[in-house]
Amino acid sequence: MTVTVYVSRDSTAISKGADKVARAIAFEAAKRGATIDMVRNGSRGMFWLEPMVEVSTPEGRIAFGPVKPEDVPELFEANFLYGGQHHLNLGLTEEIPYFARQQRLTFARVGVTDPVSLDDYIAHDGYRGLANALKMTGADIVEEVATSGLRGRGGAAFPTGIKWRTVLGAASDQKYIVCNADEGDSGTFSDRMIMEGDPFVLIEGMTIAGLAVGATMGYIYLRSEYPYAEVALNEAIAVANARGYLGADILGSGKTFHLEVRRGAGAYVCGEETSLLESLEGKRGMVRFKPPLPALEGLFGKPTVVNNVISLASVPIILDQGGANYQEYGMGRSRGTLPFQLGGNVKHGGLVEAAFGMTIRELLYDFGGGTRSGRPIRAVQIGGPLGAYVPESQFDLPLDYEALAAENAMLGHGGLVVFDDTVDLAQMARFAMEFCAIESCGKCTPCRIGSTRGVEVIDRIVEGTERPRQVILLRELCDTMLSGSLCALGGMAPYPVLSALNHFPEDFGVSKPAGKAA
Amino acid sequence: MSSAQPAWDRDKVLGIINTLKHKPGALMPILHGIQDSIGYVPDDAVPLMAEALNLSRAEVHGTITFYHHFRTTPPGRHKLEICRGEACQAVGANALVAHARKTLGVDFHETTTDGAVSLEQVFCLGNCACSPSIMVDGEVVGEVSADNLDAIVDSLRTRQ
Repeated sequence: MTVTVYVSRDSTAISKGADKVARAIAFEAAKRGATIDMVRNGSRGMFWLEPMVEVSTPEGRIAFGPVKPEDVPELFEANFLYGGQHHLNLGLTEEIPYFARQQRLTFARVGVTDPVSLDDYIAHDGYRGLANALKMTGADIVEEVATSGLRGRGGAAFPTGIKWRTVLGAASDQKYIVCNADEGDSGTFSDRMIMEGDPFVLIEGMTIAGLAVGATMGYIYLRSEYPYAEVALNEAIAVANARGYLGADILGSGKTFHLEVRRGAGAYVCGEETSLLESLEGKRGMVRFKPPLPALEGLFGKPTVVNNVISLASVPIILDQGGANYQEYGMGRSRGTLPFQLGGNVKHGGLVEAAFGMTIRELLYDFGGGTRSGRPIRAVQIGGPLGAYVPESQFDLPLDYEALAAENAMLGHGGLVVFDDTVDLAQMARFAMEFCAIESCGKCTPCRIGSTRGVEVIDRIVEGTERPRQVILLRELCDTMLSGSLCALGGMAPYPVLSALNHFPEDFGVSKPAGKAA
Repeated sequence: MSSAQPAWDRDKVLGIINTLKHKPGALMPILHGIQDSIGYVPDDAVPLMAEALNLSRAEVHGTITFYHHFRTTPPGRHKLEICRGEACQAVGANALVAHARKTLGVDFHETTTDGAVSLEQVFCLGNCACSPSIMVDGEVVGEVSADNLDAIVDSLRTRQ
């Protein structure tokens, strides 16, 4: 009997040796005359267990991990193909608590299916959203997305339905769907995982977006740091074109949607939507003034939907199960689920898709298991390099856009980077300014100059040169950047700086303020 | 300056330009095409792109220099990129960077004297659950220690 064996092709799994494990399994199977069918799936997102190998059994898929190539012969000895006992046997994959406690909507297929098999995608409820969308008017599709309460998952949390309604209402001979796959925030990898692990869901989401607003061309602007995602996307796009799911006549409907992957070139600011559009046009990634909104004058001056990968990848399930069903998840104005990402100094790093509203503490300890180093967690940076450093006293906050914003923090793209008690927050604040200086597009002065001055001022504070005056200067500089920058890069770089200064003043040689810091 | 650059295959570069110039926003795909093919974007290729796309040389130069990824000098035989994102810093990336600089004897954007390794910094490889991370010739490696790095560099030096 042929046993199906799953070894992930996710780049984190590969970074821990998944390719070598896959080769070792193929070699050992051939040597022993065992017939196996190997699927290179996405990752389940439990990265401390990668390379994780799964085998299909009548009871369900059984996981083994983390597997090293040298473990493979003894796994065969232990009859692992049939779920045999071994110290790496983790039991049924879907009963592993980390996985079982999640609510996987957008990531329903990631780690389950063969990412580039259209048949597998369809067998796991894929393209049901598109089938519904093809029977609807553009306006009805837009309203379904509006009903879902979906907000932009790239970080800005702008309601997707409203953005689409603007593009739908704009008259033009050409409109575009642009997927922002420039996932540059440190501590985030959900876009990468979905593009590597279920590229068809993004393709389907973009196709539905095209039908909704009347756009016939889509671009995925993918960061150059993600070569594996580029391979998976292009494989899937080729299949979708060949099978009529993309192209001039989608499934015989007469509707057109073409899709192309474009590679970025290592500029963080190109994750900002107008900079991204400039880059797609072949120019320097300089931020544009708004208005005009990209929804009205976007790519090549035409009405353009610019959405993050996860926003677009959440559209198929909304069109399949209905916007009303999706909006039942979550809390307050944060509806649905968010794929949270745990990284940095964390014991159980990985992806946790759950409804909004879980506390930071639950995510860090119940899922993350504390630090990898075994030392206490001192701070967690939420929302990427422009996100605040959150202290232990705020760990009972719910993970919700508004709840974090009320504390001058932000959820952003859902990445949490964990630091233990060896971290120097003054140096992290300095790095935030340094990073802003390196990545600034240079168009506006607060960001271009302010970031460099910020590094200098923090250095003087740490050295103890005129410390009280320099702290005032740093706060004023941050205020200028917050209020005067053209985009979120300069406008939010003060968040990590001020949060570090307010919550961890001792690292700057400053005593704790008496009242609550502004 | 340009006369000091080594020879590169002009026909190959022109072929890439002519294949891609009809795409909307063709400059980025062309720059990637050239760098993927010959390892860098030579200064002397700028007028070829400018002419094909009806742009000024300044516009092409401006685009090339905006992006960290593009280089205008030939790279070493291998590219070693070390992530400096916060997640990697949380588990020792700064020490790893210092170690790499010391053992390779070069800074970022430089190539070792034997021409084996070009060292680059990168801000996030999306491998944040298994930091610190590096990328070696486009392949991600996670949970890298100084010892791992030395072994990888040794193998790069012996490989062509």
